[in-house]
Amino acid sequence: MSERIKPEGIKKVRQQPSQNEDLLFEISSPGKAGYQLPPLDVPSVDPKAVLGAGNSRDAIDDFPEVSEVDVIRHFTRLSTWNYAIDLGLYPLGSCTMKYNPRINEAAARVDGMAWPHPYQPDALSQGAMEVMAELERCLNAITGMDAVTLQPAAGAHGEFAGILLIRAYLESRGNPRKKILIPDSAHGTNPATAHMAGYKVENIASNARGMVDTEILAKAVDDDVAALMVTNPNTLGVFEEHIADVAKILHDKGALLYMDGANMNALVGISRPGDFGVDVMHLNLHKTFSTPHGGGGPGGGPVAVKKILEPFLPAPRLKKVGDKWEWNYDLPSAVGRVRAFYGNFGVLVRALAYIMAHGGDGLKRATLDAVLNANYLRKRLEKHYQIAYNEPSMHECVFSDDIQKKLGADTGNIAKRLIDYGFHPYTVSFPLIVHGALMIEPTETESKRELDLFADALISISLEIEENVEFVKQAPHSTRTSKVDEVGAARKPIVRWRR
Amino acid sequence: MLDTIGVSSLEDLVAHLPAAVRYNDRLPIPDGKSEYEIMDYFLKLGETNAGLQASFLGAGVYRHYRPVMVDTIVSRGEFLTSYTPYQAEMAQGTLTAIFEFQTMVCQLTGMDVANASMYDASTAVPEAAMMAMRATGRSSVLVARSVHPEYREVLGTYAKFQGMPVQEFSFHAESGQVDFDDLAKKITSDTAAVIVQSPNFFGIVENVKQAAALAHEKGALLVVIFSEAVAMGIVEPPRDADIVAGELQSFAISPSYGGPFAGIIACKEKFIRQIPGRLVGEAKDKDGRRAFCLTLATREQHIRREKATSNICTNQALIALMATVFMSVYGKEGLRELATQNLSKAHYLSAKLKKRFTGPFFNEFVADVGAKDVAEMNRALEAKKIIGGLPLARFYPELKTGVLLCCTEMTKREDMDTVAGVMA
Repeated sequence: MSERIKPEGIKKVRQQPSQNEDLLFEISSPGKAGYQLPPLDVPSVDPKAVLGAGNSRDAIDDFPEVSEVDVIRHFTRLSTWNYAIDLGLYPLGSCTMKYNPRINEAAARVDGMAWPHPYQPDALSQGAMEVMAELERCLNAITGMDAVTLQPAAGAHGEFAGILLIRAYLESRGNPRKKILIPDSAHGTNPATAHMAGYKVENIASNARGMVDTEILAKAVDDDVAALMVTNPNTLGVFEEHIADVAKILHDKGALLYMDGANMNALVGISRPGDFGVDVMHLNLHKTFSTPHGGGGPGGGPVAVKKILEPFLPAPRLKKVGDKWEWNYDLPSAVGRVRAFYGNFGVLVRALAYIMAHGGDGLKRATLDAVLNANYLRKRLEKHYQIAYNEPSMHECVFSDDIQKKLGADTGNIAKRLIDYGFHPYTVSFPLIVHGALMIEPTETESKRELDLFADALISISLEIEENVEFVKQAPHSTRTSKVDEVGAARKPIVRWRR
Repeated sequence: MLDTIGVSSLEDLVAHLPAAVRYNDRLPIPDGKSEYEIMDYFLKLGETNAGLQASFLGAGVYRHYRPVMVDTIVSRGEFLTSYTPYQAEMAQGTLTAIFEFQTMVCQLTGMDVANASMYDASTAVPEAAMMAMRATGRSSVLVARSVHPEYREVLGTYAKFQGMPVQEFSFHAESGQVDFDDLAKKITSDTAAVIVQSPNFFGIVENVKQAAALAHEKGALLVVIFSEAVAMGIVEPPRDADIVAGELQSFAISPSYGGPFAGIIACKEKFIRQIPGRLVGEAKDKDGRRAFCLTLATREQHIRREKATSNICTNQALIALMATVFMSVYGKEGLRELATQNLSKAHYLSAKLKKRFTGPFFNEFVADVGAKDVAEMNRALEAKKIIGGLPLARFYPELKTGVLLCCTEMTKREDMDTVAGVMA
């Protein structure tokens, strides 16, 4: 072990012992079990007899054999090895790690929301359909768009649906075109999506201010271009101030404007994509609308569109007949389904609960508070770290490691050192247009106290780098797991336990 | 805070937005509500949905009891409110649990490698097909008509823009299993994957060995889909498949009107670099202790961008954790007993009805109602607070007298007797 962390400067955490725990397979012992089933109320059948001997399996080798107490201790011990929003600020830029209100969880677990089967008759599903209709209405209001599909399961899935809609629309006008333009600051999902939807990807260089360069764009848009995928505010946290011109350049050439709504939390209540020329966009319910990230999902990726694209939305769609909701499958122009059933309904319930708790004014206030928090952090940090682009910040701010790099520490080192201070790192080395990026998004749910602790930590690290750069480069020092050899893990991957 | 920033109001912070793009109205969304009002809203609406009443619907979404332990664990904020575990040093909880998940999925399916989850089975199917395309360098796909109709629809959507022709092959009119003659006729040297589901949409267990032999003989991969994971407690897993894609909704994930669920993709070792989505691998930390981290990220979109194996980013980690806890609670003995209960109940009910197919089935089967009116039967059941089976005409015009019925450990004998009374 390297030398212990210095107590001064670290205000948020101190070390405490944590429990060791082996894998379930290693704590198993034959015959142990934690389940209960009622007695079978029908005659038990012999699997070999009814399935055929070749179709029936023996016990699953090495499957866990543990008691109920073993299970709760196992997962509780594992849980203590995680950082979480519930433990503190989680400043991952573009990921929007805001507090996840627990009312959302309670609402989604109401029997009448958790147990409906997607194929039960519409007449017995009116409440679920009403939830979806109300969420569609709210999302239209928030985005300024005309119609919404709630089917996509996550942001990237929404992108895929959105690009398919563009394709179907252009096809209906005679030519689906060949290319999708993507700014070099975009999320990796954008080019991957365009490729999956059968388009060639052309990168568009950002201008000196980190925004879409309208001159470059105007030259790039020709009859082969189907759309531009833009994130606004972009991944620098900067509002694309020429967005209306961008839309016009595309529309003049018959191309469409797709907006990646990953950063919609910076716009709710103050600006609507539908008003600045966006034709289709997705929303990440697990970002803007507070549904929990859960260690990597589930998400929700509704897609909102303008009228011209509505006929192509995937089936089924909600339709009111009299005072009852029905699922309408009779949509001849619809692009195919992107997912079975109707979407991640449980996530939709949570998002609607969030919208209801805030109301229209509360949603706007959340946006302004998010911008406030990001600008406060920026102000406190910009004497110590180099701001990447000196443009007004919206909900996040991006620094580069230029100053620290000269002293031998990069953004990755600083991130790992933050862990010792009790914080999850910011987004590291993204967006790609910033060399050595530190992308910081505090969200509106952080208090000034927590923001100050975080700023103090980053400032303290910048001082440490001046004093003892090697110490910072060896971080983290205080975690129960020291630096993990990810390169070694990829060389000969072990992706499952074996006896 | 405003003073530190040097502005006088919150509005000043966004004053730089061009006036033309500002939204100056109030959002037409009612004022914020209290917790009580919100709960009241969802409880009231929930009452208008059929929730926990008796139901014989399956067809890809199954009602299984959810052990209390599951929500106890997934409600822990450390799991619920953490992000994708990119920072391994402070995410060992999630990473370890995913490693256990991957292991158990391999044990269940008989595969070597499983990823950290997909959105659901319907989206895992096209991802599996695209994997097969990459692995074989071929471009077309054959899919059994007995694969879940909505999975096939999603496959069609993805395939259309991949230059991946999809052709269906039929099921045997008597057994309800794959029609191997039809498959043999359609398979070519350009077939990347043969896709079958087992148990299939009709609940019938397929002859995976024979499908594998036929596919492999022509140099194609066999992709096996499943939607009822509990079957794997007692049904021989598709060990001869090259890729397995499926749905774990049955493992303590509530039906929730169709989602969120947790899909999986698992495969033989040699296809590991073609698998989409996140993978957790074993590693060592600097002090030589066992640790886990995300691995082989060079397959993924955040590194490879348009050359990635898939655009998938967010997956279903928390839902996969539900399934992991479920598998731990039931374990080796419990999953087998659970599966036996399901098997026994479905066979109890099927014995009282006319079956459409002869193939071996797990917990779902197709009843043939002959000249009787399915809709009328289901209305009669509804009057008795029972949701009947799924009329198949919607998806299979040729099976318009068929009703797909599902029984699980939650299905009571008295309700089965009622169904038999109405339908027989």
